[in-house]
Amino acid sequence: MPVLWLFLIVLGLALLGYVAGRARALASAGGDRRRLHSLPNYYGTNVAMFVIVPAFAVLVVWLLVQPLIVDARIAALLPDTAVSDTSTVGLVMSDVRRVAEGLDLAVSTGAMSEAQTGALQPDDARAKLADLGVALGSDVTGDILAAAQSYRGQSATGNLLMTIAVLVMAGLGLFVAFRRSDKDYRARNTVESGMLAILIFAASVAVLTTIGIVFSLIFNTIEFFKLYPASEFFFALEWSPSFSGRGGGSTLGVLPLLWGTLYISLIALLVSVPIGLFAAVYLSEYASHKVRSFAKPLLEVLAGIPTIVYGLFALLTVGPLLVEVFGANTVGWMSGGTAVMTAGLVMGVMLIPFVSSLSDDIINAVPQSMRDGSYGLGATQSETIKQVVLPAALPGIVGAILLAASRAIGETMIVVLGAGAAASLSLNPFDAMTTVTAKIVSQLTGDADFASPEALVAFALGMTLFVITLGLNIFALYIVRKYREQYE
Amino acid sequence: MTDATQHMPSASAPGKTFKSLTVQDERTKQRNAREARFRLYGIAAIGAGLVFLVILLSAILSNGLGAFQQTFVTISVPLDPAKLDKKGERNIEDIKKVSTFGYAPLIQNAMLAKVQELGLETPLVKGKDMKALLSASAPAQVRDYVIANPDKIGETVEFRLLTASRVDGYLKKRVTRESIERDKNIDAAHLDLVDALVPAGVIAKQFNMDFIFGADASESRAEQAGLGVSMLGSLFMMLVVLVLSLPIGVAASIYLEEFAPKNRWTDLIEVNISNLAAVPSIVFGILGLAVFIQFAHLPQSAPLVGGLVLTLMTLPTIIISTRASLKSVPHSIRDAALGIGASKMQSVFHHVLPLAMPGILTGTILGLAQALGETAPLLLIGMVGYIATNYPDGLASGFLDANSAMPAQIYEWAKRADPAYYERAWGGIIILLVFLLTMNIIAIILRRRFERRW
Repeated sequence: MPVLWLFLIVLGLALLGYVAGRARALASAGGDRRRLHSLPNYYGTNVAMFVIVPAFAVLVVWLLVQPLIVDARIAALLPDTAVSDTSTVGLVMSDVRRVAEGLDLAVSTGAMSEAQTGALQPDDARAKLADLGVALGSDVTGDILAAAQSYRGQSATGNLLMTIAVLVMAGLGLFVAFRRSDKDYRARNTVESGMLAILIFAASVAVLTTIGIVFSLIFNTIEFFKLYPASEFFFALEWSPSFSGRGGGSTLGVLPLLWGTLYISLIALLVSVPIGLFAAVYLSEYASHKVRSFAKPLLEVLAGIPTIVYGLFALLTVGPLLVEVFGANTVGWMSGGTAVMTAGLVMGVMLIPFVSSLSDDIINAVPQSMRDGSYGLGATQSETIKQVVLPAALPGIVGAILLAASRAIGETMIVVLGAGAAASLSLNPFDAMTTVTAKIVSQLTGDADFASPEALVAFALGMTLFVITLGLNIFALYIVRKYREQYE
Repeated sequence: MTDATQHMPSASAPGKTFKSLTVQDERTKQRNAREARFRLYGIAAIGAGLVFLVILLSAILSNGLGAFQQTFVTISVPLDPAKLDKKGERNIEDIKKVSTFGYAPLIQNAMLAKVQELGLETPLVKGKDMKALLSASAPAQVRDYVIANPDKIGETVEFRLLTASRVDGYLKKRVTRESIERDKNIDAAHLDLVDALVPAGVIAKQFNMDFIFGADASESRAEQAGLGVSMLGSLFMMLVVLVLSLPIGVAASIYLEEFAPKNRWTDLIEVNISNLAAVPSIVFGILGLAVFIQFAHLPQSAPLVGGLVLTLMTLPTIIISTRASLKSVPHSIRDAALGIGASKMQSVFHHVLPLAMPGILTGTILGLAQALGETAPLLLIGMVGYIATNYPDGLASGFLDANSAMPAQIYEWAKRADPAYYERAWGGIIILLVFLLTMNIIAIILRRRFERRW
């Protein structure tokens, strides 16, 4: 709550500054707004900006940095005996934080006074906190309780300092900008450069996101390779994580997962590329305006349906149907509803509109003069398409197929629900297999300890996935762009 | 062809007999056949796509519509004061002490009384035998009623109670007599009784409001599960996405489209945006897990975190569509504004942006629709495995307390062992698709109504 209050106070000061700054500028011009350099509102906005921006910058930085500093100081205070062999400093620190939060809660709800928390004994701390609904994983030792107390103390001091710093910054901004508000002051220019800075920051969010993705993948992947040899991850032919959650006995080879991913993607492409491509050719070359305006949006409905729907469709409709056709009662190729074929077929359906609308754009970009030249030589329409239009559009179509492949490789819900959970290096498309994305989900949603190789492997898998899809995307975009330039 | 070519003997094929042009030769026939076949492939491809669409939609509708109907039993339950309020003081605290176990026999006996009153022949003669017909939630429903109306104790009140999910499944043809042979929860005698009770009007399928607005229930009570709480979770997530991604996306697009100089930094941002749009959604989930939960210690399963992750995911979509609509505003507008003395910033914010607004809103709505259906990133930040049984109390709790979201809830139901949940999952999909359809229609209307062609 204090942060919220601080936030509101700063906003209040900004509002005050707006009114005051505007009034002061107008007064300096003797009430005649024609003598001002900028419109009156700019003077107000200028003051408000000077109040908000520095104060909020301090607030955000402080909120990010303070926990890190306090954590480091408390961790340094902890005696070595507080960290037993089976746990880590991180785990003990999370206990400390939990106890500290519990004590804060106790004080804020009035269950304990500040003095009582100081006198709290380690033995009954757990029971007291449990009464308040704060469940602790293990008993509270004296060390942890003491650390929690000093954690609370330092956090409180930090919060107080933060409040002071933020308010001082806001006040300072208010004072400086208010003093500057004068009829000759170029308020509009200042405000506009401030706005430009905000725009630049917003544009950088995309870059920050990429940096965030890369860092979160890299750090955890490095952590994983410290616990598990990289050569085995990349070259072992088996995927069998142990379920103890404590590490040891797992073989985490990525190859079976990659095989499953590529196999499913291949089937998906075998379904979607012919259908999508023929649909695109028909829609752009043959279809009348009426057919086109009717069929194209309907096909694109397939692209707007969420993937969870396709996943459920694979699990509950397509899987049982395939078992009926290829199962034990007929040819006996398929033993369960979840299989490469199930996921591949459904994913293929999902990708049809993707392939068709991308190819449609590309085919439409082929200049009409090339078609006319071909007709002039006596070729039929299909000959023109096969021998002139498609070869001309080929690089773009390859790009579209690569983009579809990257989609298929990164698709999650269909394979989680439709492909099965067992990793295998089989060739039979009716076997259950699993993929990189499905294993990311299962390794990170299980009960495994977050620091174990069984959980961390998900980040290495994510890294693999990211690198593959990024490579495909960049290559495909490069091809598509290069091709577009040819005819423009 | 001209006459000249027609009469000229062909040098390449001497001795070939000439036919009239109106008679097709073999080769022309082949070529025309190929043409027709090619055209047919195209039609077949479009047909295949449309057939898939029809199959998909009919699978959804045929499997999911059942979830909107639920089997209820209407019986009169005597609220026996000797059981519910032993002291007879109507003290609310005393009444609350009676747990649902105290209510169960009352309801079962009332059910038995109803059966006997109708004179139905059945081997089930004990109150306990009726347990298999009734939902485990029925005692809680009666208890809630009694606690809300303590003065009704002693009277006989008519209740509309949920039946067990097996009974519901039997009426919906999901549970058959063959499938219950090894089922410990219900046996053939119960189904005989159900067959007799349906014509008597005691057991009937009715519209199930609780499926749309109710909370999720535990694994064993499929008949009670609803989508309401996770719908709220989705709503709070969409609020976060809207509040963050619209301003950031618009600001970023304005910078890139109107102000950015052509340099390496701008190029980098552009490449970044087009690549982010194609990054698999699960990778955004990993990002959310590592940054928002591991690093920033935000609460797991909270709609706030889900909203942040989905914001990052939809930003590229919104930026791309916003830039397109900014680009479609003609340059003469900017020039006119600059010409009468507006600054560059003023020309953009006062003139270009308002004109581009319909396009921007359309793009934003479509981006939101995409975010609403997205599931994979939500799995990683802990929005499954959580049973959303409580409505959030208040705004802060809505953003910060653990909740589910519509697609995550559907996934959760699809993973459960009881087939009764599959129907719920399909039903959930119908609701989800209705939302998506509505959003798309709004986007189309906005575009039709406000978009200007320059």
